[in-house]
Amino acid sequence: MDTRFSDADLAFRDEVREFFAHAWDNELRAKIGNGGSKKFREGYDEWQRRLYEKGWMAPGWPVEYGGVDWSVTQSLIFNSERARVGAPDKMPFGVVMLAPVLFNYGSEEQKARFLPRILKSEDWWCQGYSEPGAGSDLASLQTRAERVGDQYIVNGSKFWITYAQYADWIFCLVRTESTARKQEGISFLLIDMKSPGVTVRPIETLDGYHHLNEVFFEDVHVPAENLVGEEGKGWTYAKSLLVHERFSIAEVAESKRGLAELRELARAEVNGGKSLLDDPIFAKRLSGIEIDLMALEYTELRVMAALAEGARPGPESSLLKLQGTDIQQALQELSMDATAYYSGALQGELSNEAFGHDFVDTAQKLYFRGRAATIYGGSNEIQKNITARHVLGL
Amino acid sequence: MNFNLSEEQDMIRDSIARFVTENYELEQRNAVIAQEHGFSKEHWQNYAELGWLSIPFAEELGGFGGGPIESMVIMQEFGRGLVAEPYLATVLLFGGLLQDGANAELKGELIPKIIEGELQGAFAYHERQSRYELSDIAARACQKDGNWMLDGEKTVVLNGAAADKIIVAARTSGEQSDETGLTLFLVDGTADGLERVAFRMTDGSEAANIRLSGVVAEAVIGPVGAGMSLMTPAIDRARLAICAEALGAMDSLNNQTIEYCKNRKQFGVAIASFQALQHRMVDMFGAYENAKSLLYRAVCAADAGDDDAYRSLLALKVMTGRAGRLIGNEAIQMHGGMGVSDELAIGHYVKRLMVINTLFGDADYHQALFARLVNTPAAETGQATSARAA
Repeated sequence: MDTRFSDADLAFRDEVREFFAHAWDNELRAKIGNGGSKKFREGYDEWQRRLYEKGWMAPGWPVEYGGVDWSVTQSLIFNSERARVGAPDKMPFGVVMLAPVLFNYGSEEQKARFLPRILKSEDWWCQGYSEPGAGSDLASLQTRAERVGDQYIVNGSKFWITYAQYADWIFCLVRTESTARKQEGISFLLIDMKSPGVTVRPIETLDGYHHLNEVFFEDVHVPAENLVGEEGKGWTYAKSLLVHERFSIAEVAESKRGLAELRELARAEVNGGKSLLDDPIFAKRLSGIEIDLMALEYTELRVMAALAEGARPGPESSLLKLQGTDIQQALQELSMDATAYYSGALQGELSNEAFGHDFVDTAQKLYFRGRAATIYGGSNEIQKNITARHVLGL
Repeated sequence: MNFNLSEEQDMIRDSIARFVTENYELEQRNAVIAQEHGFSKEHWQNYAELGWLSIPFAEELGGFGGGPIESMVIMQEFGRGLVAEPYLATVLLFGGLLQDGANAELKGELIPKIIEGELQGAFAYHERQSRYELSDIAARACQKDGNWMLDGEKTVVLNGAAADKIIVAARTSGEQSDETGLTLFLVDGTADGLERVAFRMTDGSEAANIRLSGVVAEAVIGPVGAGMSLMTPAIDRARLAICAEALGAMDSLNNQTIEYCKNRKQFGVAIASFQALQHRMVDMFGAYENAKSLLYRAVCAADAGDDDAYRSLLALKVMTGRAGRLIGNEAIQMHGGMGVSDELAIGHYVKRLMVINTLFGDADYHQALFARLVNTPAAETGQATSARAA
């Protein structure tokens, strides 16, 4: 049992620090912001291009497709440094979610066509899974794809699609057949967002940002060669994605950054003539979150170490999203409490200076956006059901 | 980065697990607890023969040369089986202090006896007023006619009544709570002026209050006036060890709870089919895995001599206390009426976890230490620090 950094690891860490010092700057930070700025896609694409130029856009991809083969320790080092500087992770839909499906089940033509464009951030992808009637019960999805000649005709709608407003392509789970067992009639289809019949409508959310959308398909013609793998196997392909999502689903690096920021905010915040950080109740809540995060960091490393050895990840892997999102929400809640009555103020056109504080309504926005974390990607209740059945054998 | 045990560590774990399966069913444990001093002399001899008592000691002293990982492996299995023998008190605390602080002659005399199972030991540091402050010591030692003489009272001395030899922390200079001015002394359990009153803890283990009236010490262990420099690492090692023991106990509680719920039928179905209970069992599982991850984190940091080791240790003790309480409460609750009876092993495990939480500082105490540590900016970097204050 050994978690030490080798000399090579330390040298890698220096390299990573050097990279972030040059490649991540305030201009990018301003463009990307919290997802609400007009230059969001522009900033994100630029950031990802810099990662690509370094050769670090796709750790976890097979090297022959442009991936880089990092050890578990290197991944840890990269994410820790990323947290320290507050740089975002890659947009996951193309590079983390779709790519493994293409490696394993895609045709050579699909790989040659789409993978390089994902790598270079030339295409922005979104994930077309959920529907109004198919959330936790995803298998009951209804969007239909009818095979007619050398095309599929797609009708239906998808719901809660993140960043569809920026996307060039969408990977969809669609129903190609009505089968006794719902899962067996589902296929995995790649659809060009510019196809006639595709409409995107924004969904307003509590945080005031525009992330989510409805996507409508009205007699959309999709070339049959955009089917990935075989008809009726879409559910299996989607499930296989879950293993790959595990690497960042716990968002340990982001939470570490958030914790450090909150600590400094609290240090500077005066309460009864003393720093808020000296308030024992605040200190207890903050330290409680930090301790949970320290545990989660090592749970994630344990899972990654097992995967790196080619072993199946242990039962603790089912906890990553559950605990990661609980921690995120605890931090958001504590941040709201730290920003006191300012967190209720909507900043509107006023500057931070007008309020006399740096943070104003950011804490509130992040809190409301964060409500979704325990709902998307498999709600907490579903995660517990899965863990109860497959891990505890109940 | 790997979290695997070596072959030797696996073997140690397997042999203890086997022993526990054969010797520590609940009734067997109850019989052990009922014996004088709350443990079995036969089992202790067995441990000597199996080499377990030698594991943390240096090879030159006849030991195995094991470190924090070996201690973790051993204590985890002991915890899983609710083993009652005083490995912590005699081998880890008493033996560890001897190894770190005694002179060569004394080490050569006593440590082999521990390894052979012929010597019981204890470490007396706690006093009536100290609560969790290690340095809050009023017991005094002064020199008279070339001897060190000890006066005062030590409380809740683990294995204090069974111990043949006791290491006592007493003050040779300074004020009551000063960290400097403490010295460790070796006394014989039957020395003149030493009175012991034994009592049982809630988990069945035995401790003693010890009154010293002019007790002549046999030896000084370590430097005079700088006893904290030995006590601190010894207590830190002990904290790590009991957290490993607690992890084993928590694992057992989780498994017992799942088994019970699968078998218990009400309203025509196994209560394990109720989603609300399933989710609570998942929460118990999550708490256990958190404690395990922090245990690995702290043990690896201790093994590597990391800067982060102290911060990890504090976090671990907090989590062990909190997870232990959650799991203990839920285990009882989900066993329904049976959970509050003494008949099942459940209650005994819960009591051991309660005692562990209070040893060397409870969860709240450690969390306050943790908060103070991480909120103090490090002098140079302005970032929060994680190293133990010098």
